[in-house]
Amino acid sequence: MVIKIFRNFFKKIFNSLFKVKKHIKLGFYGPPNSGKTSLANRICKDFTGEEIGSVSKIPHETRSVQFKEKVDITYKEKTLTFKMVDTPGIATRIDYEDFLKYNLKKKEAKERAKEATQGVIESIKWLDDMDVVVVVLDATENPYNQVNITIIGNLVARNIPVLVVANKIDLKKANVKKIESAFPEYDVVGISAKYGKNMEEFYESIFKLAKKV
Amino acid sequence: MIKKRGKMIGRIRGFSMQFLPFAEIRDLDSSERIKKILDIVLGNNILVLQGRLTTDEETRLIEDTMAMIKHVKNFRGIELAVISGGNQANLLQKARQNIANAISGGDLGAITVIGPATIVKEIKKNPRKIELLLNK
Repeated sequence: MVIKIFRNFFKKIFNSLFKVKKHIKLGFYGPPNSGKTSLANRICKDFTGEEIGSVSKIPHETRSVQFKEKVDITYKEKTLTFKMVDTPGIATRIDYEDFLKYNLKKKEAKERAKEATQGVIESIKWLDDMDVVVVVLDATENPYNQVNITIIGNLVARNIPVLVVANKIDLKKANVKKIESAFPEYDVVGISAKYGKNMEEFYESIFKLAKKV
Repeated sequence: MIKKRGKMIGRIRGFSMQFLPFAEIRDLDSSERIKKILDIVLGNNILVLQGRLTTDEETRLIEDTMAMIKHVKNFRGIELAVISGGNQANLLQKARQNIANAISGGDLGAITVIGPATIVKEIKKNPRKIELLLNK
């Protein structure tokens, strides 16, 4: 852990001294089904016309890390180039029986569970490589879930700038204030990735976040 | 049987609760701590630990749990929650708490609850309390 922090620190100093120009690696992290891929898709569609991955009501739809190499995001006539990294949802439990409720066959459900466990491990391994991270939370769920706290704690320990997104504000049950009070030390932006609601504020926050790299 | 508002909600059997003082893990390295915790949870125990793991250890616990799901039959993962009094503390209280934590080697004011997902359905948490919902 200490070695990783030092490595990142020296990498940043080296990059700033020799002006190594590269894309900002923007990671999407969060629990399963919070809308990470929906948000990444929304951004990619807005600026490249293509999506990054498929979305589904069944949890753990994203089971391996997905990339979009060069996404130029323009906001108020300024453009920044990002490498988008969409990660599988992080969970502490994966039960194949939960997938059976979505009419998956037992064999499919078991395979999905197996791939999902590998996806969680992969997501965690990628934490070190991120320049900035958007933690996507479902605004209709309890934000005090330990996984959310652990992810954010890890990013802070690695000095990676964090933006918290409260997704699904189009739903009646959504409570952005609850997420703000759970994470008072971070910027929280309420959006609906599905309907593209409040994306202007989101892009403004991303540009602010990128300045911290 | 457990009664909730006068209504039977099912018979719970086949698990126990273990309360572990922080002194039991203080001198262990991260790998040993995680192994000890997972050994307890794999034995169908709900663990109530004084103090908390570091964020790095919590992440490694999640990674090792995922690896275990693939290799241990009928293991579906864990439910995990940490409650700490530090959330509502002001700056002075936090500074005092940090000094106390440094002396004691961990956040002894925190409580960590970890249970196997086959027994613990959900841990509901708010800043002031943890509520364990068990499977029927």
